[in-house]
Amino acid sequence: MKTAVLLMLCLFAAGCAPEPWLKPYERARLADPVMAMDRHPASSAYQHHVHQAREGARGAEGGSGGGCGCN
Amino acid sequence: MQLTSLLLVVLLLSTWGHAAVLPEQRADALYHRYEGGGMTIDGPSVLVRKNIAERVSLSANYYADKVSAASIDVVTTASPYSEEREEHSVGADYLAGKAIYSIKWTQSEESDFSARSLSFGASQDFFGDLTTLSFGYARGDDTVRRSGDPAFEEEAVRQQYRMGVTQVVTRNLLVALSHEFVTDEGYLNNPYRSVRYLVGSGYSFQSEVYPETRTSEATALRASYYLPWRAGLHLEHRLYSDSWGVASKDWGLVLVQPWREQWELEFRARHYDQGAADFYSDLFPFQDAQNFLARDKELSTFTSTSFGVAAGYTFFKGRWKHADRFMLRLSLDHYQFDYQDFRDIRVAVPVAGQEPLYGFSALVTQALFSVWY
Repeated sequence: MKTAVLLMLCLFAAGCAPEPWLKPYERARLADPVMAMDRHPASSAYQHHVHQAREGARGAEGGSGGGCGCN
Repeated sequence: MQLTSLLLVVLLLSTWGHAAVLPEQRADALYHRYEGGGMTIDGPSVLVRKNIAERVSLSANYYADKVSAASIDVVTTASPYSEEREEHSVGADYLAGKAIYSIKWTQSEESDFSARSLSFGASQDFFGDLTTLSFGYARGDDTVRRSGDPAFEEEAVRQQYRMGVTQVVTRNLLVALSHEFVTDEGYLNNPYRSVRYLVGSGYSFQSEVYPETRTSEATALRASYYLPWRAGLHLEHRLYSDSWGVASKDWGLVLVQPWREQWELEFRARHYDQGAADFYSDLFPFQDAQNFLARDKELSTFTSTSFGVAAGYTFFKGRWKHADRFMLRLSLDHYQFDYQDFRDIRVAVPVAGQEPLYGFSALVTQALFSVWY
């Protein structure tokens, strides 16, 4: 399994990737700001902090991560 | 671990092309306020990001909050207090072809708690730029003190490992899967918190006792869909579990709807559902009933549901030489927390353990001023 994954990555890294199914000009909607998962980083970092301080769960919040300095 | 190292080598060696982009250059000034459950927490956050030579993006953040606390924990086991916390962070992102490497340093200070954290990240576009892989590592060092007890000082170390993949599925759909593993070691208690135990038909208190290690895993799936009338629909689902027995799941839904040229409206809903830690109890049967003892409501069984709305107004677009545009954004979120095994002991009852279950609501307000340049 590990070998297969590595082999695939090496092939793709060497430029053997398959033809992408979306051309760059077909990605205009995806580049629209309404599609950004983290539109306002200062606000979303604060919102994550509100959750982390009151909930047992932590991690995989999206955004840059890297520790909130809260307990 | 060996596979991870090899993957990183492959990522480092395969940096070519010009697909990845640095974050936007912008400055944000945020005022935030949380009010609910007897707590009021407010303060500013300022985030500035500036690019150098289109290869490096530098960021700096100042965050502060001032807490006035008269929460249920405080009024039942301590005295109301107020305190301030300040957090500073600086970061840099380096763009190399289709890869972005990031580093960030964060330092947080309050009178009885200090935290320092250093994080690294790497992301790489693959497969015709339809796939982005990312990895991250962070290490945090906490120092815990206790007000009024100068001899008390304890340490804790936190390490976080992240990986994620973002996939372009169709011209309208983006999907992202992320996983984070966190491990803590050291003093993980809150030094002020107590548990209660039964004494006759009443109760008494003793200090909480937590394990000195904790490991957790969280997996999140996010999807963003472009709606035909130009709006973004974002869905999120996260699963969480840890070695303390806490398990949770949450769902989130956000609709981003532009209106006319200048307005950006946002509607959101979120539901969080958690099961308690193995060593949590609202009322232990006797003193020292078990090795580990917790009555922290964040470790109890509860649900939290929130609804929010935000409106942003863009102005002076393209009218200034050194600024592309400005935005003012106001945001409100209403939270409802309902606890299933944490009782409101402010209510006097004949026999301990018969108090009503606790619940509270909170309002989160944010005012954001942003400038893009």
